[in-house]
Amino acid sequence: MAKEFFFYTEEMTVGYDGKPLIRDIRMELDRGEILTLIGPNGAGKSTILKSITRQLGLLGGCVYLDGQPMRQMSGKEIARRQAVVLTERIRPELMTCEDVVATGRYPYTGTLGILGAEDRAKVRAALETVHAAGLAQRDFNAVSDGQRQRILLARAICQEPELIVLDEPTSFLDVRHKLEFLEILKQMVREQKVAVILSLHELDLAQKISDQLLCVKGDRIARHGTPEEIFTSETICALYDLAEGSYNAAFGCVELPPVKGTPEVFVIAGNGSGIPLYRRLQREGIPFITGILQENDVDCLAARDLAAEVITERAFEPIGEEAYALALSKIRQCRRVLCPLQTFGTMNRRNEELLREAQRAGLLTSDE
Amino acid sequence: MPQTSQNTPLSQTPAESASGGRSLRCGLSFVLLSVLLAFLFVWNVNSGSVDLSVREIAEILLWRRGDETAVNIIWQIRLPRILAAMILGGALSVSGFLLQTFFHNPIAGPFVLGISSGAKLVVALSMIFLLGRGITASSAVMVLSAFFGSMISMGFVLAVSRKVRQMSMLVICGVMISYICSAVTDFVVTFADDSNIVNLHNWSLGSFSGTTWGNVAVMSVIVFSAALLVFLLSKPIGAYQLGEDYARNLGVNVRLFRVGLILLSSVLSACVTAFAGPVSFVGIAVPHLARNIWKTSKPILIVPACFLGGAVFCLFCDLIARTVFAPTELSISSVTAVFGAPVVILIMIRRRRAM
Repeated sequence: MAKEFFFYTEEMTVGYDGKPLIRDIRMELDRGEILTLIGPNGAGKSTILKSITRQLGLLGGCVYLDGQPMRQMSGKEIARRQAVVLTERIRPELMTCEDVVATGRYPYTGTLGILGAEDRAKVRAALETVHAAGLAQRDFNAVSDGQRQRILLARAICQEPELIVLDEPTSFLDVRHKLEFLEILKQMVREQKVAVILSLHELDLAQKISDQLLCVKGDRIARHGTPEEIFTSETICALYDLAEGSYNAAFGCVELPPVKGTPEVFVIAGNGSGIPLYRRLQREGIPFITGILQENDVDCLAARDLAAEVITERAFEPIGEEAYALALSKIRQCRRVLCPLQTFGTMNRRNEELLREAQRAGLLTSDE
Repeated sequence: MPQTSQNTPLSQTPAESASGGRSLRCGLSFVLLSVLLAFLFVWNVNSGSVDLSVREIAEILLWRRGDETAVNIIWQIRLPRILAAMILGGALSVSGFLLQTFFHNPIAGPFVLGISSGAKLVVALSMIFLLGRGITASSAVMVLSAFFGSMISMGFVLAVSRKVRQMSMLVICGVMISYICSAVTDFVVTFADDSNIVNLHNWSLGSFSGTTWGNVAVMSVIVFSAALLVFLLSKPIGAYQLGEDYARNLGVNVRLFRVGLILLSSVLSACVTAFAGPVSFVGIAVPHLARNIWKTSKPILIVPACFLGGAVFCLFCDLIARTVFAPTELSISSVTAVFGAPVVILIMIRRRRAM
């Protein structure tokens, strides 16, 4: 028998106004796991999340939480098991951060919603979890975006859910607050074994925090897998239609397309010395060739996305005759040679020879 | 060594003392406003063409003892009017608060959204219809027609609010609906040929005068039961303040809740229009002032605060309407507008700055 997941969907179809947008969505998630939806804008990440949180009705299929179809659960029961952090900005009037967090206790309070001592303690604990105890009495509209997102996370936490759904929680945040927010989330998942489903635009962050990823594109789920399976150059380029530019799987970042045209500059590089220079040449719009790089050189990994042409040698091998001859002929076609490389050893002895040849031909220019 | 962090549990944390200060502020506000209400009540009873001492008033109120004319004036004219001003003022404020919650818009209110004018139109039509047949419209008929008119205007406003998201646009539409309804009402009133039309005209300007004990009984039943229901809805209203989506996630049946808000706010404002005609700006000004005096928007505090505040505000305005140019009486709307409209302008300016 197949393993029973804490949260899963069966042939879920989502969309607006009865028009299906994405069909046959399968999600399987255990407690203490983070599932991230990635994909281009407008692909339907929010639609999927809204369907899970029942803001939108399902157009087909079923969502199960703890083995039970969510359709059969009451609003109150769902409220005690599932909390949300939404994208829409809210501007409540005259509510302190504590008041906002306290709304998370709604499913637990009585008819008039008066907080008991236990509720208050939980509100305080939630504020402490997101490192925002000091903000309790501040007006919610007066705190920064980063603080606001943390308060909304605290609100979700004090709802004591088993599943938290977050729709692009880091969109308005700067780098520091993005990291801080996701760190809190990750820690909470680890300690309290909460299941988390969220959508993110930041691929680098998605790669670092997710246990599973769902690529949303077109009318089906394009791919589903672990970060190792998803973050390959091919998958990401296909997901975002990166005809221009590329995704560098080794560095986990996207690159602009290499400058096209006849190369004017030859860069003798290796051991990471070339990367800053590659980027500068790209910014300045100068097409360049680089070499001779062993395939395991960090410069080689970057150069494949940035250089018009890369002259390579097999990994762990000293530079051979063939590559050297090719490089030399290319140097002669270039107007300038740059050499950020300072160290030469057994494996790249030939690069030193290239440097001397360039010097002799008067092609070598200094870095500036 | 960072010892300070270990000492904090012993002393009171800033958060605790701040929330302590808040509850003190809330309690104090209720007490002060109640005192103000009592003071205005006595002042109102005492002001008018017949002057009475506080002692005489106390005797008349408690034991109905004293000069017969004075007893009659107070028991038959002033007292019902005062009670009407208090009850209807409270109703208007609560109705405004509900509309503001519903539209997430601080300048929503029964008057600016044209709901009062819709009620006015239908009440005028049914009064003319009945008077033409020699029947005086009963309280129940008035309230029902006002409710019907409110719902028609509300239907328009809801239809518009689906199309426009901007709060100012919604209010402009409301004002337009209000003008159309007023124009039609004036038209109908002008061409209706009955001596009773004079009353109708006075009513359509808005006034608490001429309230009978029968009216007071009907309005008390309607307003107090509606206000109690609103109070019992405090919890979902609080959840709804963070927006519909969060409310739904917290287990609020949003559709049912929205219908409830609309019905309750319409009943409350319809009751006011039926008995006192359209009264302007109370529905916006009082909830706003209440939120700022109590420094919170928690419905469990703000609903009673609005009711109390509305009672004080209308009692004060009615006092002015009655006494400033006595024996000529001002329409209640002119007075509430003088005090209420600046508050609305203030809110708009503040909002703009915040955005």
